[in-house]
Amino acid sequence: MSTAVLLGIGGLGCPAALALAEQLPGVRLVLVDHDRVDRSNLSRQILFTEGDVGRPKAEIAARRLSQLVPAATVEPRVQRFDPGCARELLQGCGVLLDGTDSFETRFAANDAACALRVPLVHGAVLGWGGQLLTVLPDHGSCLRCLFEGPPPPGAVPACSEAGVASPLCGVVGAAMASEAIRVLRGEPPRALGRLHQWDGLRGTERDVAVPRDPRCPACSLAPQPALGHP
Amino acid sequence: MKEVDQRMPVIVKIPAPLRPLTQGQSEVSVENAGTVQAAVEDLSRRYPGLRERLLDDKGALRRYVNIFRNDEDIRHGKSLQTALSEGDKLTIVPAIAGG
Repeated sequence: MSTAVLLGIGGLGCPAALALAEQLPGVRLVLVDHDRVDRSNLSRQILFTEGDVGRPKAEIAARRLSQLVPAATVEPRVQRFDPGCARELLQGCGVLLDGTDSFETRFAANDAACALRVPLVHGAVLGWGGQLLTVLPDHGSCLRCLFEGPPPPGAVPACSEAGVASPLCGVVGAAMASEAIRVLRGEPPRALGRLHQWDGLRGTERDVAVPRDPRCPACSLAPQPALGHP
Repeated sequence: MKEVDQRMPVIVKIPAPLRPLTQGQSEVSVENAGTVQAAVEDLSRRYPGLRERLLDDKGALRRYVNIFRNDEDIRHGKSLQTALSEGDKLTIVPAIAGG
């Protein structure tokens, strides 16, 4: 059985998980999130209801998916993703979907995916802006080819300050699921080596090519890439 | 600088997270910029707060922001010293982490 690991069961993880469960009920879904449902989440985190406020997102999402898609195999993991748990969590993983709200976690996910040779679908939103980038072992480029590293805390507005447009979460989350399905089926991902960007307010999309950085500490062909770059 | 360089109009695409600093404009035009550095400095004068989002204390491009000249990632070339030509488009791409 193929496995898809989803990091962050929020505005992106909820629609991505639902689409994957509906489309590929034979794929084992591992839902990773340390957080609990907040009332402010409900407008875009479509697997939760008012009665779920205060409860662990991963557990509630797994239960709701099992109700919606009884054939689905869903495993909740109430924990943060970090380099220390990456190897165990990504054992046998066919695709990793990152929809977290932390820069540190996103770069840790990228580095772990590169080091452990796990395909990664990176999706992110802020305000009305969205991004999608897919990383395959030995193909294309990775998040660190595009950005050297995460910003220091507070340097970039978080989604709690800048907001996240609910409609765009559905669009980007569904695109992440589509991309993961392409990866699992061995078909070419649309965002391989290209950063796909959405402007949800103006209804426009565009791509920029992300060339591989031959000096990239995460995905370069240098032997023995390590987990946990600064 | 050559006279032709003084007339270069360059279009800069502003990403959604930075538009509060450009009065909501998704594209702005820069003239008299022979390099990416000159374009960024011009934008910084016109739109307060933008420089801090793009450049660090030493004036280098921040590690979590990228700029493309047309389809070229400037980090892989001369970075801020990348030369601009008439009709070039600059695309600013910031890292975002919302989900």
